[in-house]
Amino acid sequence: MKVNYDNGLNLKATELRLGLPGSDEPEKQTTPRPNKRTISEISSSDVTDDGNDDHQDSAPPAKEQVVGWPPIRSYRKNCVQDTGGYVKVSVDGAAYLRKIDLKIYRNYPQLLEALENMFKLTIGAYTEREGYNGSEYAPTYEDKDGDWMLVGDVPWEMFISSCMRLRIMKGSEARGLGCV
Amino acid sequence: MSEDDERQQCPPSDLEFVSNKARNCNATGSGSGHPELQSVYLDQVLENVLENVLHFLTSKRDRNAASLVCKSWYRVEALTRSELFIGNCYAVSPARATARFARVRALHLKGKPRFADFNLMPPDWGAHFNPWALAMAKAYPWLEKVNLKRMSVTDDDLATLAELFLGFKELVLVCCDGFGTSGLAIFVNKCRQLKVLDLIESEVSDDESDWISCFPEGESHLESLIFDCVECHINFEALERLVARSPLLKKLRLNRYVSIGQLYHLMIRAPQLTHLGTGSFSPSEIAGQGDQEPDYVNAFAACKSLVCLSGFREIIPDYLPAIYIVCANLTSLNFSYANITAEQLKPIISKCHKLQVFWVLDSICDEGLQAVAATCKELRELRVFPVDAREDSDGPVSEVGLQAISEGCRKLQSILYFCQRMTNTAVIAMSKNCPDLVVFRLCIMGRHRADHVTGEPMDDGFGAIVMNCKKLTRLAVSGLLTDKAFDYIGRHGKLVRTLSVAFSGDSDMALKYVLEGCPQLQKLEIRDSPFGDAALRSGLHHYYSMRFLWMSSCRLTRHGCQEIARAMPRLVVEVIRSADEEEMDDAVEILYMYRSLVGPRTDTPKFVTIL
Repeated sequence: MKVNYDNGLNLKATELRLGLPGSDEPEKQTTPRPNKRTISEISSSDVTDDGNDDHQDSAPPAKEQVVGWPPIRSYRKNCVQDTGGYVKVSVDGAAYLRKIDLKIYRNYPQLLEALENMFKLTIGAYTEREGYNGSEYAPTYEDKDGDWMLVGDVPWEMFISSCMRLRIMKGSEARGLGCV
Repeated sequence: MSEDDERQQCPPSDLEFVSNKARNCNATGSGSGHPELQSVYLDQVLENVLENVLHFLTSKRDRNAASLVCKSWYRVEALTRSELFIGNCYAVSPARATARFARVRALHLKGKPRFADFNLMPPDWGAHFNPWALAMAKAYPWLEKVNLKRMSVTDDDLATLAELFLGFKELVLVCCDGFGTSGLAIFVNKCRQLKVLDLIESEVSDDESDWISCFPEGESHLESLIFDCVECHINFEALERLVARSPLLKKLRLNRYVSIGQLYHLMIRAPQLTHLGTGSFSPSEIAGQGDQEPDYVNAFAACKSLVCLSGFREIIPDYLPAIYIVCANLTSLNFSYANITAEQLKPIISKCHKLQVFWVLDSICDEGLQAVAATCKELRELRVFPVDAREDSDGPVSEVGLQAISEGCRKLQSILYFCQRMTNTAVIAMSKNCPDLVVFRLCIMGRHRADHVTGEPMDDGFGAIVMNCKKLTRLAVSGLLTDKAFDYIGRHGKLVRTLSVAFSGDSDMALKYVLEGCPQLQKLEIRDSPFGDAALRSGLHHYYSMRFLWMSSCRLTRHGCQEIARAMPRLVVEVIRSADEEEMDDAVEILYMYRSLVGPRTDTPKFVTIL
């Protein structure tokens, strides 16, 4: 169970990005690049002698995270991820993502019912052997180690402490999971 | 003391061969005799005396000073130095080190520069332990201790340590990588005298080897076993048996795969522990399913010697009351992986009157820090880490917390504080309230962020720190800073040895101030600041006194760095690119330069060019 804390920043859980839900971007390069900028870029963006400029307010919303800043080791960042209970939910085919607060649910049936209501779809019943086989959709989640897992395999407490985001896969793709 | 008495004395065992020399001279030189032989005899006796004296000198700085007195002292010091510290593994070669020092028992080596921790450098840059391991095996077969920081250690190296050093006792690996559980398995199995195995913030690959089971049977000499950074499951039954047969075990830090129920079983077996890392501090399955919960309070109560507590990797705060009973004796508490609130912290911290070291997450907010300030009057070191390590997130801690700490914890010596907003007033207050500060590291996570009340740069705050904290040796700056801040540092930071700069300054002048003003500067790490070749030139008089200079994403050019390399032949000037880039333009992405006795290293990867 290898922790991927050598691959630059693990921003997947909290990244802002545009894109269809379920269309994961390829993993960032393993070889981290220092923030390469030309000299002219550096001179225009870093020199901040301007006391009038309030930098806190002028930051653009989709501000790119800089490599290695703030200076926290990846290991520490990975260990202490806090989304406040909120995780992103993507559904294959939907135009945008949603967010739900996992803390308000006490068990799997409640969570699945909430997802079904939110996205107007049916997920069906879970069995240990077959997963969600037979359903149109199968709920999966990304855990702390970066692996995609089937929702329902582990005890609820363990699930909510390790779930970083949810993806509701279309049954046709999920069939592979259920058959394992 | 007369010379006769000196001869009678029984020297420590590692000075025997020099005494032989002295004895040979005595035979011819005692009492009357040729003046030549007499002076040789006197020299030998003096060296003998010196050996006995230097034997007690432990501080490396004192030893370095002693070795400069004269050739005789140099020789004797080299014979008696048993702990060898090398701050940059490339500053000297294994061959030179082993040639000079004959009797080393402990080796302490440091490799990569600190900014490598933050992925600013491609992996596989270097700092391989292997050549050192092999050299030590030949030169110091009696080697007992190895302490490595930011080095690449392979499984083979671990095997070498265990197999070729028969009396090997202590291995400490801090921020190292390159090895896995299979290497650990061989190491612990072959190392029969092992007392200390401390793996701290190191990356250990999971080769699915059950290394805990590989400790040899029978009573173990283990005094310290730290593996909280090892990210793989361990065989708990084997661990329990190991702890049960380690009566000398004082320090045990578990990884997050050890549940609180398992922790209980270990604590019951080892009430003599002084340092405990509690592992996950949560149950492995959901609790309260009819099983009797162990008496955790009892387990902690039995550990009467506990002074240092850490772990809490996946904490369920409901279990925190179990530790109340040990709080009064704690000198060190590490909650930096525990996402707890101020309310959850208060009942604990209010009992920690003796606390000297406290690491915590900013989830406790300013309110939590106020609680710390109210009770922990003996606090020496505070580290506040962010739960959410991004620039634009909400900041639960601020200048309010810093001010409170400065008012409550007057004996503070070291602080690392991550926040989103800060004011000069609070920093100035700390500079006045905490005159004993040796380490001041403030990280305002938003780049170029000004004093959020006045809108001013943070110059005056950091200025006050260097002015008022007369013992300051380590400083990390952040926030909106102009050249003025660096002027202050250059003027007042006369004892500063380590300086970290990021996204700061306006011009070359800033770097000039520092390089010209800080005579004790040894380690300077700079990123994303507008300093160019002219600034670099201003440090030529000082670079040989420094351990290293790191500058990344600044305004350096290749020919500027080349100039430095030409002017200073004993400096190794490395230009580092990101791994997938070709050597192209004149702009230097990363400069890493350091003094070295042995010239450029021979193990550079493709992305490093030595000028």
